[in-house]
Amino acid sequence: MSAIARDTDESLIASRPPPTPQGGVMYWLRTRLFSGPVNSVVSIVTLLLIVRLVWPVIDWALIQADWVGSSRADCTSEGACWVFISTRWSQIVYGFYPLAERWRVDIVLGLFFALIAWLVIPRLPGKKSVALMGLVGLPIIAWVLLLGGMFGLPHVPTRAWGGLMLTLTIAAVGIVGSLPLGVVLALGRRSKMPLVRAVCVIFIEFWRGVPLITVLFMSSVMLPLFVPANVEFDKLLRALIGIMLFWSAYMAEVVRSGLQAIDKGQGEAGAALGLGYWLRMRLIILPQALKLVIPGIVNTFIALFKDTSLVLIIGLFDVLSIIQAGLTDSDWLGFAIEGYVFAALVFWVFCFGMSRYSQSLERRLHTGH
Amino acid sequence: MNDTQQGAATAREATPMVSISRLNKWYGDFHVLRDIDLTVARGERIVICGPSGSGKSTLIRCINHLEAHQQGEIVVNGIPMTNDVKRIEQIRRNVGMVFQHFNLFPHLTVLENCCLSPIWVQKKPRREAEKSAMEYLERVRIANQAHKYPGQLSGGQQQRVAIARALCMHPEVMLFDEPTSALDPEMIKEVLDVMIELAHEGMTMLCVTHEMGFARTVADRVIFMDEGQIVESAAPETFFNEPRSSRTQEFLGQILGH
Repeated sequence: MSAIARDTDESLIASRPPPTPQGGVMYWLRTRLFSGPVNSVVSIVTLLLIVRLVWPVIDWALIQADWVGSSRADCTSEGACWVFISTRWSQIVYGFYPLAERWRVDIVLGLFFALIAWLVIPRLPGKKSVALMGLVGLPIIAWVLLLGGMFGLPHVPTRAWGGLMLTLTIAAVGIVGSLPLGVVLALGRRSKMPLVRAVCVIFIEFWRGVPLITVLFMSSVMLPLFVPANVEFDKLLRALIGIMLFWSAYMAEVVRSGLQAIDKGQGEAGAALGLGYWLRMRLIILPQALKLVIPGIVNTFIALFKDTSLVLIIGLFDVLSIIQAGLTDSDWLGFAIEGYVFAALVFWVFCFGMSRYSQSLERRLHTGH
Repeated sequence: MNDTQQGAATAREATPMVSISRLNKWYGDFHVLRDIDLTVARGERIVICGPSGSGKSTLIRCINHLEAHQQGEIVVNGIPMTNDVKRIEQIRRNVGMVFQHFNLFPHLTVLENCCLSPIWVQKKPRREAEKSAMEYLERVRIANQAHKYPGQLSGGQQQRVAIARALCMHPEVMLFDEPTSALDPEMIKEVLDVMIELAHEGMTMLCVTHEMGFARTVADRVIFMDEGQIVESAAPETFFNEPRSSRTQEFLGQILGH
């Protein structure tokens, strides 16, 4: 007893600042790459290897490449022939959309990118109302402008759509349609009502169990067999519905994993406050669950975006298949690498953008718990 | 005031706040609540204690239908409980609840937590809801944290917010489900102080707790539950000094003995 009392020091240890971290590029290099003879050798060999591998790619794609011209005769150097892309640029963006009507696509694309910019740039106000306007307004504007046949705009059949505008149309409809449908299915699968639950389970398991290619084939080949011959059912529309339903099943499972992670007490607290089921879901459960599964949702969006190119098997020309079609042009044989690299770059830019946006969204929604 | 009005007022005063008769509940084959009879008068403060698994939490969770019962009747503020969703929500608007683990909504600020129900259930204008919420936050001495998120507060602060959130609905009765058992010892007092103030203002309270000091200070009646039954129900004086049942004596010996 007395020993303990004697050891007790009444004076508290004063707070001290942490040791200053040593910084600078040289310090970092010395400690991380060249901390000893063996490590130095490994570092140098690795750096040489990286240069050896990366340099030829840069040399081919940028330094030795041909950028301007109008035919393959302009591609004289050793490097990439980007003339192939630049001469086909308008087809890659617009597909077979009539030349005189392409301003309509420009307006829709312009609005689309403006909407995205507004949502992505943190400083701009009114995100919620802009998003809502975009979700309701843009599809209607896009529908009227792209399809035409009303307000004096000439009708442009969907078989003339193609390239980037088609890819973005499919991706946007798929993303905007599959998320809410997925949320409803996820809630349904957790419902206490056996019938609702059964319907949702069967729907999800059916669409998750068939390959997307099968869905697209069925939508384009089988569906017309069941629909009366005089009913014209647009091929693109059929594909869009198929893609939306297919991805909604995946989305449902992603959302459900988020719903399961929310503590039961959250719903109980909402119930105790007198909130009904839909208000509880909307105000308490879903905001938390969806925030939790942003990585999973965006993962699904990215997969969806890339899989839009599967529509080539039912004869729709997305950005990849229109480049591929260009490769078979007898004037441009032998430029497959440029074509595929460019197609990959287009997909990568959009997918990487989504990935970055999801990360910034996660940071912004973090509330310190 | 004329006679009819006075009569109505007296009638309202006379109806018990909560009346439970022959309540039975099972989890599968497990009989958690057995023939519970309990009447809570307006303004009455009741403390429920008992060993874990005795059904005390389940009992108060039945009062706002967080748990469904299979047999018996529950009448809250004159409204008989049924399985009808509208009826259940009507009862819940009269009943505030505070949970062991606070259950604040982590994605909303303290103020938004408090305004959620007034705005969406009682359809109050936002400004009015916020003004009233700030008054309650003031009363639980946490108004200066109104714009923080729950994750930034200590346990005791969170539980005080949870009490304010429940009070914002102007409930007729408050249920407390072990409100201090998840708290660090030095935070228990700040929560109990708020609860004691609430009791002095005349709020009807049902409180599951092992804080016997609180029971002595504010309770009108202490109930001891074991194995799904009410074993003993008495004023705190009698309950602590001369408990009748041997199980109560044993329980009190265990929690007060050390």
